[in-house]
Amino acid sequence: MNRDEGAPASWEVFLRARRGLAHQHVGSVRAAGPDAALAVARDLYTRRGDPLSLWVVRSDAVHAVSPDERDPYFAGTHGKPYRYPEHFPPLTEEGSEGDHDQ
Amino acid sequence: MTTTSDERVDRAADHRPEPASPGATPGVGAPGRPARAPHAPADTGLATYLLRLGDDALVLGQRLCQWITRAPMIEEDLALSNIALDLIGHARTLLTLAGRLDGTGRTEDDLAFTRHERDFTNTLLTELPNGDFAVTVARQLAYTHYASLHYEALAGCPDRELAAFGARAVKEVAFHRLHADRWVRRLGGGTAESARRMQRGLERVWPYTAELFDEDDLVRRLAAAGTVPSPAPLRPVWEQRVTEVVTGAGLTVPVPSWRARGGRSGLHTEEFTDLIGELQSVRRQFPGGTW
Amino acid sequence: MSAPTAVTGEAGQEEPLTRFEALIAQGGTIEPRDWMPDGYRRMLIRQIAQHAHSEIIGMQPEGAWLTRAPSLHRKSVLIAKVQDEAGHGLYLYSAAETLGVDRADLLDALHLGRQRASATFNHPALTWADTGAIAWLTDGAAVINQAPLCRTSYGPYARAMRRVCQEEAFHVRQGYDLMRALCEGTPEQKAMAQDAVDRWWLPAVALMFGPPDTEAGGADARTAALGAAVSRRAMAWGIKRHTNDELRQRFVDQCVPQAERLGLTLPDPAIRWNEERGHYDFTPIDWDTYRTALGDDTHWARRRIDHRRTAHEDGAWVREAATAYAAREEAGASADASGPAVPRQAQEERA
Repeated sequence: MNRDEGAPASWEVFLRARRGLAHQHVGSVRAAGPDAALAVARDLYTRRGDPLSLWVVRSDAVHAVSPDERDPYFAGTHGKPYRYPEHFPPLTEEGSEGDHDQ
Repeated sequence: MTTTSDERVDRAADHRPEPASPGATPGVGAPGRPARAPHAPADTGLATYLLRLGDDALVLGQRLCQWITRAPMIEEDLALSNIALDLIGHARTLLTLAGRLDGTGRTEDDLAFTRHERDFTNTLLTELPNGDFAVTVARQLAYTHYASLHYEALAGCPDRELAAFGARAVKEVAFHRLHADRWVRRLGGGTAESARRMQRGLERVWPYTAELFDEDDLVRRLAAAGTVPSPAPLRPVWEQRVTEVVTGAGLTVPVPSWRARGGRSGLHTEEFTDLIGELQSVRRQFPGGTW
Repeated sequence: MSAPTAVTGEAGQEEPLTRFEALIAQGGTIEPRDWMPDGYRRMLIRQIAQHAHSEIIGMQPEGAWLTRAPSLHRKSVLIAKVQDEAGHGLYLYSAAETLGVDRADLLDALHLGRQRASATFNHPALTWADTGAIAWLTDGAAVINQAPLCRTSYGPYARAMRRVCQEEAFHVRQGYDLMRALCEGTPEQKAMAQDAVDRWWLPAVALMFGPPDTEAGGADARTAALGAAVSRRAMAWGIKRHTNDELRQRFVDQCVPQAERLGLTLPDPAIRWNEERGHYDFTPIDWDTYRTALGDDTHWARRRIDHRRTAHEDGAWVREAATAYAAREEAGASADASGPAVPRQAQEERA
């Protein structure tokens, strides 16, 4: 079978779906080159709605924490309840709602 | 059917009481209101002109539909269908306007599905068979650069509805142009095989590009009245833009030794009969049907 | 914001399988770089690939009518639908790729017959009404099948399916609307609609849900046990959420009243409301019926694959050109670059 000479690169796609939202990862595409990746991402992820902006990033340019490193990276977040407001008594009698000016 | 559309245009012109005055183009009224005062003759000149543009979009859209499920990659099925969808959308607006303006009250579907092939006035370029992907890209290059210039000019025309259409369509066509430009560069700068095919694709379609800019009496009259833009002045800009893309891709702009003409007056390629036959087949098999 | 509760067990100290099973039992989501049993990975690849292939092959029966749609409105709708199917195929191929397979290999497997698309689309679309029947019945079946997959245990698959399901609802509605227009049209149009339903009912009710996997589905005890074993494993892993027969019943219950509203007859004389069960009875899809639905019409099965393979082979030179061009551009760009250039646009848009 005539396999293509080197499959096109993989790209991660980020979309700002609406004003006020951050760009969100929506999926990935395969394309030879950034122009093609943007065009494919446009056809694939923006057929509906009123999207504002689109990014593509080469998948191999994303550096990630590997599963083996999960503990060194994330174990430290456990057991620190004092990082949350519920750890402390509310400021007023009404409970936590009283913390906020309404 | 023996009359050409030019003859019909000439007859239509005799009925015109006065040149259209800017800002008061007759016939395009608010929805729900008769398009024209009952005593006024239909504006068949503008209608004929809109029909030409509508036929271009319809026929090219139909050709692109033939690619879907056959594209070189699934992503391209998606890209070509997106373009086809926009083109069919343009055709619907233009045919609807044409049917309203010519006084017959024909709908977009009446115009698309009940006319005979000799009544269609699209340019021959838009009906050219798809060929390989390079031929399609070459056809897209020629058409999208023309359409983007033309719609941009249309956006400035006095008829508000037509201007609004031009303003919307020019945005959509801008992406089609990007699509064509990029493919010309990729194929021209890809492999020896793709460059050869791309050059051959350009040679194939180039004799058909001149017709896009043809001016006949109808167009000259409408343009002189300021009703619609004149296509001829767009040609040098078009030449310059496509030349930039083609030479940038390491290819040569063909200098055709002949040029095709006839679509605007209903003289089509032989392949066109099949295209229209296919387009209308279901509709014709079920007379009186509702869809 | 509330404090996260401790994850069950001390992560990292258990066997990976125990951790995997605990996560599944909690209804948790497995992500690409998590450890997973080989069987789970294989079952997912098989299911997602078949699903992707079905979307791509499923473009063909309707795609064949794009050029003949009888109104410009219907033509636009059909283009948008076929286009969604291409999109769904792409979402699913990229979900499959997170499991360590390559889309090109999956396509090769399809082209060479090592993997299959749903046999539903091995049936021909003979008239315009078929495009309506396919959308109403087979997409209707697909929605019922796929809704639970939005909660499937594998993250990328579930996310792809959420996207697919959002878009698919339009497919069913437009199909029903197309059929409604035919049924309200001339007698010839209505006859065309009935003929299409006669041919597409069995593929939809049998093939879209897979083989029988309960005795209630009409399988004898032994084959039911076989089907059930596969379903049970898929359900234990949270890949499937319901048995085939359960979903099939849901589909019949949904279709019967819709067909009545259209004035069309579903080609199954056994369809009858069963007060006691609170469901419609219908001819059980046993293995014989299932095999009948599969059809021995290798002609159409082959045609679908040939069409796909021809497109792929004819396009090889285009894909090669795109790859060669991109490689050259990239080489040129890195030769030019005198530092880590950040595109201006991205700088402006930094979140």
